[in-house]
Amino acid sequence: MKYDAIVVGSGISGGWAAKELTEKGLKTLLLERGKDVKHVTDYDTANKKDWEFPHRGRITNEMKATHPVQKRDYPYSEFKPDWWVNDLECPYTEVKRFDWYRGFHVGGKSLMWGRQSYRWSEWDFEANAKEGVAVDWPIRYADIAPWYDYVESFAGISGSIDGLPQLPDGKFLPPMNLNIVEKDVAERLRQKYEHRRLIIGRSANLTQPHGGRAGCQYRNLCSRGCPFGAYFSTQSSTLPAATATGNLTLRPFSIVSQILYDKNTKKARGVLVIDAETNQTIEYEANVIFVCGSTLGSTHLLLNSVAMGAMPEEVANRSGELGHNLMDHHFRCGASGEAAGYDDKYTYGRRANGFYIPRYRNFFGDKRDYLRGFGYQGGANRQGWSRDVAEMSIGVNLKTALTEPGKWTIGMGGFGEMLPYHDNKVTIDKAKKDKWGQYVLSIDCELKENEFKMRKDMMADGAEMLEAAGIKNVTTYDGGSFPGMAIHEMGTARMGKDPKTSVLNKWNQMHDVPNVFITDGSCMTSAACVNPSLTYMALTARAVDHAVNELKKGNL
Amino acid sequence: MLQRTAVLFGGTLLGADSIFAKNIDWEAIENAPESKGIGLFSKSQVKLLNEIADTIIPETDTPGAKQAKVGQFMATIVSDCYEPADQQRFMEGLTTLQAACEQTNGKSFQKCSLAQRTALLNTLDKEQREYQKNKKPGSGQPNHYFRTIKDLTLWGYFSSEIGATQALRYVETPGRYETIDYKKGDRAWG
Repeated sequence: MKYDAIVVGSGISGGWAAKELTEKGLKTLLLERGKDVKHVTDYDTANKKDWEFPHRGRITNEMKATHPVQKRDYPYSEFKPDWWVNDLECPYTEVKRFDWYRGFHVGGKSLMWGRQSYRWSEWDFEANAKEGVAVDWPIRYADIAPWYDYVESFAGISGSIDGLPQLPDGKFLPPMNLNIVEKDVAERLRQKYEHRRLIIGRSANLTQPHGGRAGCQYRNLCSRGCPFGAYFSTQSSTLPAATATGNLTLRPFSIVSQILYDKNTKKARGVLVIDAETNQTIEYEANVIFVCGSTLGSTHLLLNSVAMGAMPEEVANRSGELGHNLMDHHFRCGASGEAAGYDDKYTYGRRANGFYIPRYRNFFGDKRDYLRGFGYQGGANRQGWSRDVAEMSIGVNLKTALTEPGKWTIGMGGFGEMLPYHDNKVTIDKAKKDKWGQYVLSIDCELKENEFKMRKDMMADGAEMLEAAGIKNVTTYDGGSFPGMAIHEMGTARMGKDPKTSVLNKWNQMHDVPNVFITDGSCMTSAACVNPSLTYMALTARAVDHAVNELKKGNL
Repeated sequence: MLQRTAVLFGGTLLGADSIFAKNIDWEAIENAPESKGIGLFSKSQVKLLNEIADTIIPETDTPGAKQAKVGQFMATIVSDCYEPADQQRFMEGLTTLQAACEQTNGKSFQKCSLAQRTALLNTLDKEQREYQKNKKPGSGQPNHYFRTIKDLTLWGYFSSEIGATQALRYVETPGRYETIDYKKGDRAWG
C-alpha cells in the first residue's frame, strides 16, 4: 500500500507530524507500535478515587516481576499501569545503569508527560560552538522562534511574561497561581539577586478553554488521562486535528522494524512493519517518512535497518555518529526548608505544576568550574498526614493533629544539562532478541565529571537561595541520578552542518536519505537544561513544512 | 518531570502458596465461619492489625481505623507488595509487639484495655523514634517494625474513603488553585 507520507510513532512528535502532514493535504499513514487509546473513553481510572484501587496506587510483586525497570520510579503505579511497558517483552542491555521508561500505545508519553514547556534561547543553541563541545547546531533561535509561536498557540501553554533573556517568553495562556509563600520567596529573591528569578512553571495545562478543550480542573491526575482534555496530548490535540482532515490512517499494533532503502532512487521507499499481535510482516510505501518513535526507539530502528541489511551503513550512518552522543538531564538533588509565619494561610486545589527558577549559572558573566547549567522545579505547600508529629502521642491527639495541615515547607530540585559525549552510546546487541524477534539495544551511558561538579552547585545554590529568602531549617538532598531517570533522553541521531560529523541536516533531514526526517529527541545536538518536548514539537512542525515544500518542488 | 515523594517500597515474587488479596470481598471474609484471612495473614491476625490501627487512630467525632478497614488494607499491602524479607520482618514485628504486651500487661493485645494498648504503643513509638534517629541514611538498614506499622496505619486510614472524606476534607474537582485563609481547626484536604 502506498501513501504520500508515513509517520513512525504517535507520541509528542509523531502526533504533530501527522497533524501537519494531513493538514497540508498528504495521505498519511500513522504507525504506532502499541495499542489504541481513545481520548476520554479509555481513561478508565481518571475519575477513580484512591480507595477504589486495591493497593491505593502501590505496585504489587506481580507487577514488579514484569516491570523490573519501570518499577524503579514513581510514574509506574497501580493508578494507570497499562501505559508503561512490560519490560520482559522489550528488553535491552544496560552496560551501565540506564532507566529506560517507555509507553507503547497511541499517544506515547504525551499521555503521561510532565507538561513543563520551555523555549530554548540563542545561548543554548550557540553553546557547543562557543565552548568547542561536540558539533555546532545547524540552526539558531531565529530559525525556530516562529515555530515555537506556532506550536504554543495550538497546544495551549500557560505561563507568565517574564522578559528573561535565557528563557524566551512564549505565546501564553494566563499563568497558574503561585501561592503566597512562593510569591514572597520570589520577591525576596528578586531583591537579593540580579539574575535569579522564581516564576510559575510554564505548563501545557490550559488555564482557560482553548481549541474546543476545557480548562484545567486542578485535580492533579494528569498522568491517568484528562477527561477534560485540559493538557496537551496526541489524543486531546494533534490527533483530532489530523483526523478531521480525512487524510489520516492510524494503524496501531504496528512495529516499524526497518526502513527500506532503494539503491536506485537513493531514497527510502517505505517501511517494514511487524504486526505486534500476529507477527505478520507488511510493507508500506510512501514518498516521505517522518521518524518519531522516541529518541532510542528511532535510533534503534535505524541501527536495526542497517543490521538487517535494509539500509546501507554508509547511507544511514556515514558520519559514524548514529547511536552516539546520548544525553539526558540529571536531577534529584536540591534543597528544602520550612516557611514560618503563614499559619493563617492554606491552598485550595491540587495544582499540577510548580514554580521554576531559570538557569543563571555560566550566564551574565558568571563562570563556574563546569560548563552549562541548571534550572529548578519546586513548590511550597503545607505538610500532610505523612509528617512526623513527634510531640503527639498515639491515639486521639495524633489523629486530631493529622487532620489539620502541618507546617509550610518549600523545596526545589535542579534539572542539569548533560554534555554530549561520543562515548555515551547505543549499539545493537545481537545476542538478545525482543518478543518480536528483533535485536535489542545495548545502552552505555553515564554522567561524567562536568555533571557531578554541577550537582554541587545545584544543592548549594538551592540552600543559599532558600536561606536568603528567610526559609528556616534548610537542608540539601541528593537522591542520585542515573541517565534515563529524567525521561528526557536525547541525542544519538544529531543534527549538524557537516554530514561527516552528524546524521541530520538543519531540516531534520537525513544527510544521505533526503526523504527521511527524524524529529523526536534523537535529533538533539545538545540538551540544554529545560524540558525538551516543546522543542520537539516546534522542530517537527518546521521540518514538515520544509518537507512538503520540497515535495511540491519535486526535490524529494 | 515534577517529583512526588515515594511513600513506601516493595519487593519481588511471592511464594506459590500466597494468596493475592486483590478483589477480596472483605465483608465476606469478616462474616465467613471459616476464613483463610487475607494473603499471609490469618483472620485473627487481621483482627489484631485492626486493633493496633484503631488504637493509633481511634474513633472520635469521625470513625476510626477499624471502621475504615485499615487492618485488611495493611494485610493486603504486606501480602501483595512487600519483599519476602520485609514480610518476615513485619510478621516478626507483630510477634515482638505481642511479646512486649505480655511482658508489660500479662496478656495479649486483644485482651488489654484501651488504656493499656495506648500506653504500650506509645512506648513502642518512643522506641522506634530513637531507633530511627540513630539509623544511618542510605545504609539500607530497615525501619523499626513499629514505624512500619504506624506508617501503614496512617496511609491506610487517610487514603480510605472514611479518612479522606470525613476526617479530612475531600473535593473531587476543585476547579481552581489559589491561596486561602486558614484558621486552627480547619481540616486538611484529603
